[in-house]
Amino acid sequence: MNEMKTSPAADAQADTRLGAFLALNHLPAPAEGMVSLEAYWEALPWEEREASGFSLEKLAADFRDFLARAESEGDSCNSFGQAPAIEELIVLRGHDKNGQPEQFDLTFRPGEVVCLVGPTGAGKSRFLADIECMAQGDTPTGRRVLINGQPPAGADRFSGESGLVAQITQNMNFIMDLTVAEFLLMHAESRALAEPGKTVERVLAAAVDMAGEPFNGQTQVTQLSGGQSRALMIADAAFLSPKPIVLIDEIENAGVDRQRALRLFVEKGKIVLLSTHDPILALSGDRRLVIRNGAVTDVIEPDPGEAEVRARLARLDAVVAGVRERLRTGGRVSPEDIAEAD
Amino acid sequence: MQLITVGGPPACGKSSVILKTIQHLREEGRKVGVVKFDCLSSQDAELFEAAGFPVLTGISSNYCPDHFFVTNIEDCEQWGRRLGLDVLISESAGLCNRCAPHIKGFLAVCVLDNLSGVGTPRKVGPMLKTADLVVITKGDIVSQAEREVFAYRVRQVNAKARIVFVNGITGQGSWELSRLWREAPDEVPLTGGKMRFSVPTAVCSYCFGELRIGEEHQQGTVRKIRLPEPETNAG
Repeated sequence: MNEMKTSPAADAQADTRLGAFLALNHLPAPAEGMVSLEAYWEALPWEEREASGFSLEKLAADFRDFLARAESEGDSCNSFGQAPAIEELIVLRGHDKNGQPEQFDLTFRPGEVVCLVGPTGAGKSRFLADIECMAQGDTPTGRRVLINGQPPAGADRFSGESGLVAQITQNMNFIMDLTVAEFLLMHAESRALAEPGKTVERVLAAAVDMAGEPFNGQTQVTQLSGGQSRALMIADAAFLSPKPIVLIDEIENAGVDRQRALRLFVEKGKIVLLSTHDPILALSGDRRLVIRNGAVTDVIEPDPGEAEVRARLARLDAVVAGVRERLRTGGRVSPEDIAEAD
Repeated sequence: MQLITVGGPPACGKSSVILKTIQHLREEGRKVGVVKFDCLSSQDAELFEAAGFPVLTGISSNYCPDHFFVTNIEDCEQWGRRLGLDVLISESAGLCNRCAPHIKGFLAVCVLDNLSGVGTPRKVGPMLKTADLVVITKGDIVSQAEREVFAYRVRQVNAKARIVFVNGITGQGSWELSRLWREAPDEVPLTGGKMRFSVPTAVCSYCFGELRIGEEHQQGTVRKIRLPEPETNAG
């Protein structure tokens, strides 16, 4: 049992902690000023004790765990879900679906954008899953993942919350019935950030900046359009997610400035893995990995020719976007509007 | 034989997660069987049978599902031994949030789904609190932020459990889960062992089939909601 009879200030803190702990365990609130678990348990009517399913020993053990957790949360470099700082992520070669060895060891660094290309079923998801579970030659591909040159500590593996990868995919939706501001604040609070309010403002500003149509903190998250939702998810993952790696699976075309989204992740020092069939995005990476039959079969760095193709496709895309916007706002279009595309 | 208890709210994806995970165990040559506890009916046995896993279904019917679990798990274990299983998965559905089908010394798994909302971890009681492993499903359809907040809330309720994300449809994460199941305690004696959490004190007249409403029909252990004192008119 924790000793908690020091200064009045410490008592007050212990008081709120006991209250929070009891609430989590569906137990009635303690009487005011009550800081000892024994006294609380003694004062509890027998029916409550019986119905709770607890014994004093069990409750005391759980309370110790709870306090230990609160301690480690207060320590900012050990806050919840904090993934290790990555300077270098190495994926050592494994083998393809027929057991043939892969040709490449890969090194990823913060701020890099890497595209994954290959048909459905080629093994893009397995590649990402290998990174997520920090494979040690024990997954079907035989790959090994090193963080800053070291294999991860055993306890970290297979643990979803200390996982390294944040994901944004087409299928994802917000399901919470909250406003954008409430939603972001809730996420910020789970990160135990020093100034959650400020971070929320930054996320919101970045999201609105990326989305075609404006929205504000009072909008319900479930009311956001597809583009707005995606923009909010991207900004949230960039600023609020502790994960050092971001996996983006097909950001849709309409309603979100994809280049700006990529830049945001790069600025925040994330390693971005982009699984896409969109040619502009596929050409936007620092490298692209070709995946076939379960293995990385080629690593392509864009040359000046590809950079030019990308630039021209981006201009075409802007032309299409211009026509889309004109039509959306009720205007007419004429051949001059797409003259640039010729 | 390893016995692993799996519990979780209805429709959270328990059967899908189990099915995907035990396929990995079978690929390694382990013989796996499932006992499925349910309340009223269950079609899940067909799922497991179709995949070639021996399955036993127990329907608690008008008996308390938690009491039903604890009074039957030994016999189910015997069934598993007779079949020569290496791993027996006990899947409990239809338990109320008051209880937990978890036994001291055996790997205890709680399955929750992201779609049920971030309030869920606080509503599910001992099933989550006493678990060694928490599997979170349906993460592919909610935002990263919601996944993180959900996991954070799970952590608040259960400081020790390992949290694993599994997609029951595609099987993503099930291989990782099978690694953890592989390490489950083996050959632990069940008879004489203990539940991790008590089942409810439920010996009132309604346990014995009483249908009528009214104080005169309420006998045995009866618990009342504490109502606020009625306001009295001053003056």
